[in-house]
Amino acid sequence: MSPRSQRLFLPIAAVIVFLAAWSLYVHTAVVSAFVLPPPEAIVAALSKMVFDPKLWHHVLVTATETVSGFVIAVLLGVFLGFFMARIPPVEWAAKPFIIVFQLIPKIALAPLFILWFGFGLESKIVISAALAFFPVFSNALVAFKSIEPGDRDVMVILQARPMQRFVMLELPTALPVILTGMEVAVVLAMIGAIVGEFIGGNEGLGFLAVSYLQNLAVPDLFGVIVLLTLMGLILYALIGRLRAWLTPWHVSTNHAM
Amino acid sequence: MGANSTTPRTDIRISGLSKVFGSGPAAVAAITDANLEIRHGEFVSLLGPSGCGKTTLLRIIAGLEIPTAGSIEVRGKPVWSGTARSTEATRPVSMMFQEARLFPWFTVAENVALPLRIAGIDRAKRRERAHEICETVGLKGFEDHRPTALSGGMRQRASLARALVTDPEVLLLDEPFGALDAMTRDALNVELMEVCARAKVTTILVTHSITEAAFLSDSVVVLAPRPARITNIVEISFERPRDLDLQRRVEFQDMVGHLRHLLTGAAA
Repeated sequence: MSPRSQRLFLPIAAVIVFLAAWSLYVHTAVVSAFVLPPPEAIVAALSKMVFDPKLWHHVLVTATETVSGFVIAVLLGVFLGFFMARIPPVEWAAKPFIIVFQLIPKIALAPLFILWFGFGLESKIVISAALAFFPVFSNALVAFKSIEPGDRDVMVILQARPMQRFVMLELPTALPVILTGMEVAVVLAMIGAIVGEFIGGNEGLGFLAVSYLQNLAVPDLFGVIVLLTLMGLILYALIGRLRAWLTPWHVSTNHAM
Repeated sequence: MGANSTTPRTDIRISGLSKVFGSGPAAVAAITDANLEIRHGEFVSLLGPSGCGKTTLLRIIAGLEIPTAGSIEVRGKPVWSGTARSTEATRPVSMMFQEARLFPWFTVAENVALPLRIAGIDRAKRRERAHEICETVGLKGFEDHRPTALSGGMRQRASLARALVTDPEVLLLDEPFGALDAMTRDALNVELMEVCARAKVTTILVTHSITEAAFLSDSVVVLAPRPARITNIVEISFERPRDLDLQRRVEFQDMVGHLRHLLTGAAA
């Protein structure tokens, strides 16, 4: 088999072997199918779920929270990263807050955000943004600081205005590194939304997972996990597309998915 | 000095210019009491070993460094008023660096047209002008390439095109071909000389190559380190246009020997 077809065949074969082993284990070993359902039960649960319009409402809610939180985190992270890189005293002043907010386990703040922003979408969006903020911010800060003095000189000689400098030099230089932060952030944004739904509220895939657990509908719970994984995969792939579209010139683009 | 005109105006006037980096005991004098006048259309080289302040002098003329003392005027207008760089004085000044400094997110033509874009020239016009200047510097057919796809020599051509696209009055060159191989460097120097002569642009070249300085210049400013200062200004009066055969002539070899003597004398 050629290396090319091996690369296509091997991962598929590995997944099939894994699922078969899982199924075999559940059917033969002492583990209860109730605690660990076999894969076919999960597929059955999933195929029932996807025809329920209520499921898609929950998917939409979680997706909305995740994307909103993510977009807020990106805008805020890039904006603050740029200003702190540009005006060092701002960074010096903000340093203690940055360190403390970075060290706090943000998930522990989730109940507080529910208290402040209610049981609706808003609190989940805030938790999602709080989790997704740091990877974007710290990457943006480093990226905007790493603009080469020689490139700045070019823009000084050309008498570029601050906005032109930002659009034609600073943002394109920083984008590959910011996008790497966004890849991490988008997954964290989804975790934030789900954790928020765990704690309070009555919609979203996180809420659905909790209610399936309370009803001991374990195959359905696994179904939700599969859906969340797919959602994460789609979001991650979208960042990859964004990278190819925004930074086609950069070496990192060739390694994106 | 300039072989091409009778009484050209002074384009650049440097008087009593000094630059000190740092302060206290750690202070380093990058250039001390420099005085220099450069006339319109003249090709001047700043020649000296590293640490003689030639690049600092060029960067002060460009407005990239602020002088500690003294003044610098471009066509009668001071480059620095207090700590503010005068955009008016430096507008006709273009600069090319040792690295091409092309932006990888733009094509060659977009890079070359960048000064026009920043100046607010519309897209069609700047594209036309970029293609025109690309042809002048031997980049025809490469306009839509990414800079990363070009060789070092071609990148410097693009960098030169970007420096010339606005029809500057003054062109500052900071060892522009220093990182290239000798053959590419010779070829580019000949082209540079022709382009500068045709554009009647006042050119200041920073170099540590004696041959390059003697070959290209109307006058060579010799600098020495510790303390960094100007020691001699030597006129080079070989007739123009010059070609590489000039470098084999006895007068040229004598001039190179003379400059080398000044450099070693200055360094001692």
